[in-house]
Amino acid sequence: MDDIRLLPATGLEGLIAQLRSRGYRVMGPTLRDDAIVTGEIRSASDLPQGVGDEQDPARYRLRKRDDGAYFGFAAPAQSSKPVFFPAEEVIWRGRRDTAVTPDSAASASTPDNAGNPTTAPASSPHDPGFTVERDQLDAPPIALLGVRSCDLRAVQIHDKVLAGRTYIDAHYVTRREATFVVAVACSDPAATCFCASMGTGPRPAATDPATGEPSYDLLLTEIAPSDPDRHHFVLEIGTEAGRDVAHAIDTAPAEFDDQHEALAVTAHAASQQTRRITAATVRDDLRASAESSRWEDVASRCLSCTNCTLVCPTCFCTTVEDVSDLTGATAERHRVWDSCFSEDFTYIHGGPTRESVKARYRQWITHKLSSWEDQFGMLGCVGCGRCIAWCPAGIDITEEAAALGRMRAGGVLPTGDHVPTGDHVTVTS
Amino acid sequence: MTDHAHHHGPAAQTASGMEQAAAIEPASGLEPAAVPGPALAEAAAPEPAPASAARPKLAVWKFASCDGCQLSLLNCEDELLSIAGAVHIAYFPEATRAVVEGPYDLSLVEGSITTPEDMRRIHEIRAQSGTLVTIGACATAGGIQALRNWADVDEFRSIVYAHPEYLSTLDTSTPIASHVDVDYELRGCPVDKRQLIEVLAAYLNGRKPRIPSYSVCVECKRKGNICVPIANGTPCLGPVTQAGCGALCPTYGRGCYGCFGPQDTTNTASLTTQLVELGMADADIVRVYRTFNAGAPEFEAAGNAVEAGGAR
Ligand code: SF4
Ligand code: SF4
Ligand code: SF4
Ligand code: SF4
Repeated sequence: MDDIRLLPATGLEGLIAQLRSRGYRVMGPTLRDDAIVTGEIRSASDLPQGVGDEQDPARYRLRKRDDGAYFGFAAPAQSSKPVFFPAEEVIWRGRRDTAVTPDSAASASTPDNAGNPTTAPASSPHDPGFTVERDQLDAPPIALLGVRSCDLRAVQIHDKVLAGRTYIDAHYVTRREATFVVAVACSDPAATCFCASMGTGPRPAATDPATGEPSYDLLLTEIAPSDPDRHHFVLEIGTEAGRDVAHAIDTAPAEFDDQHEALAVTAHAASQQTRRITAATVRDDLRASAESSRWEDVASRCLSCTNCTLVCPTCFCTTVEDVSDLTGATAERHRVWDSCFSEDFTYIHGGPTRESVKARYRQWITHKLSSWEDQFGMLGCVGCGRCIAWCPAGIDITEEAAALGRMRAGGVLPTGDHVPTGDHVTVTS
Repeated sequence: MTDHAHHHGPAAQTASGMEQAAAIEPASGLEPAAVPGPALAEAAAPEPAPASAARPKLAVWKFASCDGCQLSLLNCEDELLSIAGAVHIAYFPEATRAVVEGPYDLSLVEGSITTPEDMRRIHEIRAQSGTLVTIGACATAGGIQALRNWADVDEFRSIVYAHPEYLSTLDTSTPIASHVDVDYELRGCPVDKRQLIEVLAAYLNGRKPRIPSYSVCVECKRKGNICVPIANGTPCLGPVTQAGCGALCPTYGRGCYGCFGPQDTTNTASLTTQLVELGMADADIVRVYRTFNAGAPEFEAAGNAVEAGGAR
């Protein structure tokens, strides 16, 4: 049992200290306001020990647990998405050059490109041009502590989307470099969780199904949190870097039974999940549902508020926002999260292509559960349930998918197996 | 707006007089033709430059309002000097007693139309203004004083004033765009100073202001806030309200009050259902829709629908 060790509950402190001493910024679950969020962990006391959660459509509540569990809750309010892919970041800054040719006065009096530094510098002989400064990232490597199976899978999906294609997000790649992952096996899924049906949890797969790379450096399963004498973690080693850390902290050898006990925790967690999506058929159900009457129904409830997409750990859509000072002497381009629920998301000359809310909801669920597979070879949903809990209207992606499946099976579709093309369902790249 | 020598009559109004028919949508932006080109050169100077023909003349006008939006301009402490350098502040009684005669290149208009005199004056201002931008909930939706639209103004008058006969007032409070053409409407109660500066910067640089029309929830989630209706049951108008404030209230654990008016895609019927589920009484729901933007068509309709028994 060389790859499995036992870590006493009190040993978390040593693990955190070890990671910090190696220069990692440790990010994990912590309490803020009325929820558990992902934040910096400096010591074990930053973890939400003894706190659980209840999650239902449009409802999230913390609750006090009657034990000392460190990880006795489900998906935090936000995943680790903002750790590697922040909601807003500066891509570059531009400064209008003042130094100049004798013609500069003339250029200043014809500021055609003022505030619009995307045009080429010195576009005319009279234009002094501008200087671009790229934002330099200087961030320490991240250690994710207590990241759950669904969210870990979501990071792998982002690796594919943001770093595994022709055009990469350079800041994402920099932030992801040398990440150390201490995953946690889920013991207490919420009523909104459905990772078991998506094949993305509650126990993380040892390797990334797309790349074969190890998913985690270390995996923790919390055992017997209600018994202070026995409370400990089964610590599974996934990489050599993980082994190195495990050997540097205070652990004990594990027996075969210990692994068994860890597997029982996640088996029980899976059996607790009440929501599900039929992953095998959902892609085709959605392809066949482009003209379903269900879209009107859901659009009558949907607020087009964007919350589902912004809490979704796999949604990656962004827009750029440019800012300039009053004089147009300096400008910045910011990359910010966007959402297919915003009207401007599809704005082209003349107006948005997805004006109706039904078209926007259809885009969202179809992208997550169908066209994502065409685009990336996997589904875009990891079953974390955040879009259900944090939707102010309580719209439930599992129920919408099930309803579309039922309607398709019952033949309640005006156009049968119509496969959407063109502007019906747009694949977003 | 290349020619402001003429102005159009009041836009067609609904029975309640609330229609914002002449409102210019953010997407249409400021028309570059109206932008005085030569502003840029001098504007680069950090200090207020002496008045010159090259700097656009700015006027700030007040109608029925609390002055809060004008104060937002004065609150731009860090930027005030460069604003004063970039424009020639020709008329701004809140800030300076010096008055420069019109016409003005850019007029910022605060407040709503509540008196016959207002109606006359706004046409005069329109005629003197190259570009006219309304600022704040009063100017863009009639403000909190639009509550009079549901009430008996004569009764108010007789209760509040000893000599109501000296008073000349209208039965309604209406946005500026119900009376004259408006080039751009900036929302908020009060306006957000960063957005105000953005509109000024856009005007000076001849580009479209970057003012999003999506919901407050977008700003709220980008900030990493915890959603208050979900996490503790506090009612929040964020999903139907336009962003702009930086999700100020939810950032401090309170629900959004709708200061920035309806977002571009407004499903108030669904939000009303949610407010009912959070335990709000119908009268309270009517009240949250009827605050600073009571006269905005979507909020007006939502409040009326609940009042008519449409919430459950
Ligand atoms: S679609 Fe919903 S359940 Fe699926 S990963 Fe996104 S937020 Fe989680
Ligand atoms: S287009 Fe897809 S990835 Fe983008 S916000 Fe919508 S559902 Fe998320
Ligand atoms: S599904 Fe829910 S969270 Fe998503 S946009 Fe609609 S109302 Fe908002
Ligand atoms: S707190 Fe209000 S504004 Fe923020 S996400 Fe929730 S509903 Fe939207």
